[in-house]
Amino acid sequence: MSELSIFFGLLTVFVLAIFVGFEVISKVPTTLHTPLMSATNAIHGIVLVGAIIVTVKLLDPAHALATPLLTAITIVAVALGTINVVGGFAVTERMLQMFKKREPSKK
Amino acid sequence: MTAFVLLRLAEIAAIVLFFLGLHFLSSPATARFGNRLAALGMLIAIVAALAPSHGYGWWAILAGMVVGTVVGLYSALKVKMTAMPQMVALFNGAGGGAAAAVSTVQYLLWERAHNTGVPLDVLTDVSLVISAIIGAVSAAGSVIAFLKLQELMTGRPVTYRGQQFVNGIVALAIAGLAAWVMITLGVEPTWAYGVMVALALVLGVMFVLPIGGADMPVVISLLNSFTGLAVAITGFELRYNLLIIAGTLVGASGTMLTILMGKAMNRPLRNVLFGAFGASGGMDVAASKGGQQNIRSVTVDDVAVMLAFAHQVIIVPGYGMAVAQAQHSVRELADQLEKRSVTVKYAIHPVAGRMPGHMNVLLAEANVPYNQLYDMDDINPEFARTDVALVIGANDVTNPAARNVASSPIYGMPILDVDKAANVVVLKRSMRSGFAGIENPLYEDPKTAMLFGDAKASVDSLVSAVKAL
Repeated sequence: MSELSIFFGLLTVFVLAIFVGFEVISKVPTTLHTPLMSATNAIHGIVLVGAIIVTVKLLDPAHALATPLLTAITIVAVALGTINVVGGFAVTERMLQMFKKREPSKK
Repeated sequence: MTAFVLLRLAEIAAIVLFFLGLHFLSSPATARFGNRLAALGMLIAIVAALAPSHGYGWWAILAGMVVGTVVGLYSALKVKMTAMPQMVALFNGAGGGAAAAVSTVQYLLWERAHNTGVPLDVLTDVSLVISAIIGAVSAAGSVIAFLKLQELMTGRPVTYRGQQFVNGIVALAIAGLAAWVMITLGVEPTWAYGVMVALALVLGVMFVLPIGGADMPVVISLLNSFTGLAVAITGFELRYNLLIIAGTLVGASGTMLTILMGKAMNRPLRNVLFGAFGASGGMDVAASKGGQQNIRSVTVDDVAVMLAFAHQVIIVPGYGMAVAQAQHSVRELADQLEKRSVTVKYAIHPVAGRMPGHMNVLLAEANVPYNQLYDMDDINPEFARTDVALVIGANDVTNPAARNVASSPIYGMPILDVDKAANVVVLKRSMRSGFAGIENPLYEDPKTAMLFGDAKASVDSLVSAVKAL
């Protein structure tokens, strides 16, 4: 029963996030679509947090669950998540820098 | 207790920062601030995840993060602006791969736990299977999208007889294995899960292969939303709101963006995905192997005169300008023309280049004033009043066949009406057809003049020719 109520709690959050997501995005001008795609791409790098949680769970000495294979997969997961986050935000920053440079020339 | 409250508050702060970040990203003036807010949110989220870890597995996390930071930062800073779309595809693939890897660890962990008599719960079981499948499809698909755009493999649609049937069989096999793993809650043999993930990777490859390079922006956007969804479902698996919210946010925005792009190209998503484009495009190329006749090639000096004595010039940039990095030279040319009181406008097709906004970013880099850039709907009525339409490395988005040749694969796609201008000058590397692989009747139009060569070299010589006049 409590498992079920947890599920519905999560599902509620999920459904609400869908609506807010559409709402936030639909106001963006075409010009910013590429940086926006890149920024949202970086945000789903939040999977890194999932990778950290799983790594901690796996390597918790109290459970003694780790095997070399599992450890290797978690390291890969953390690395991929980090690439997503760091690369995503950095590339977005680079794109947006170009928008910034335009302002002085406008005067 | 205090720690618990602090961590929950930190997670809420991260969520707020993501939303505010996206909000500020919707306006050019505040976009950078928005990106930084989102990055700050991410930093808080990561710290909040690390804080309660008691340092377990710190070396594994550190190793992964160092490798990821070096690779991510290096590639983000080294990538050329032309290669941005495929870079985004790769980062997206990394996210999808991470989601699939997290689910795989969870699955293998459970399997070990199950052997010691601990049963699996339905929510974790179902969500890890779904997130692994979507993550794997997204990762493999993104890699193919990268290879296509980077021209490490053909950008043309790869099709064969019965392709959709084969894809359907693979999808069914994945669904069957997924059902097996879900229903038996980990009692099934491990290979069932392994084969399922392997087939999902195969499906990701096969689903992007038949899609032509011109449709790739739509596909990357779709894969971006896939990864978002995979991450959201990973959140169910871990019972972690932050992942659900951030992942869903991306899933929703990616879907929205995909729909907008599909609309701009008049290509319903169904057509993009099931390769109607590829099949008919291929036939078209074969049918007209004779090549285009009646091409009028002109010299730099001719074009310089045309431009310098025009009242209004509309510049139509495309992927060719991006490849040649010609945006600074284009700006210089525009400056020269404006000195001679020629009105210069830029016509930006929604899908010019390989991503929406691609041209805007490049022209912004070259300090082209924002108010000279016009969207398709605003600029199209202007062509009739324009003396010269200068097409720099754009092809399919100017193809009049989209308007009047019902058999053309791009029929119905909104285009820039460059052929309405009094004169059309096309800067092009060669007579190779555009990314969609179809011929452009614009080039046979008697008022069209072709200037062959690298876009940057051509524009540079135009600049000096105009100066010399």
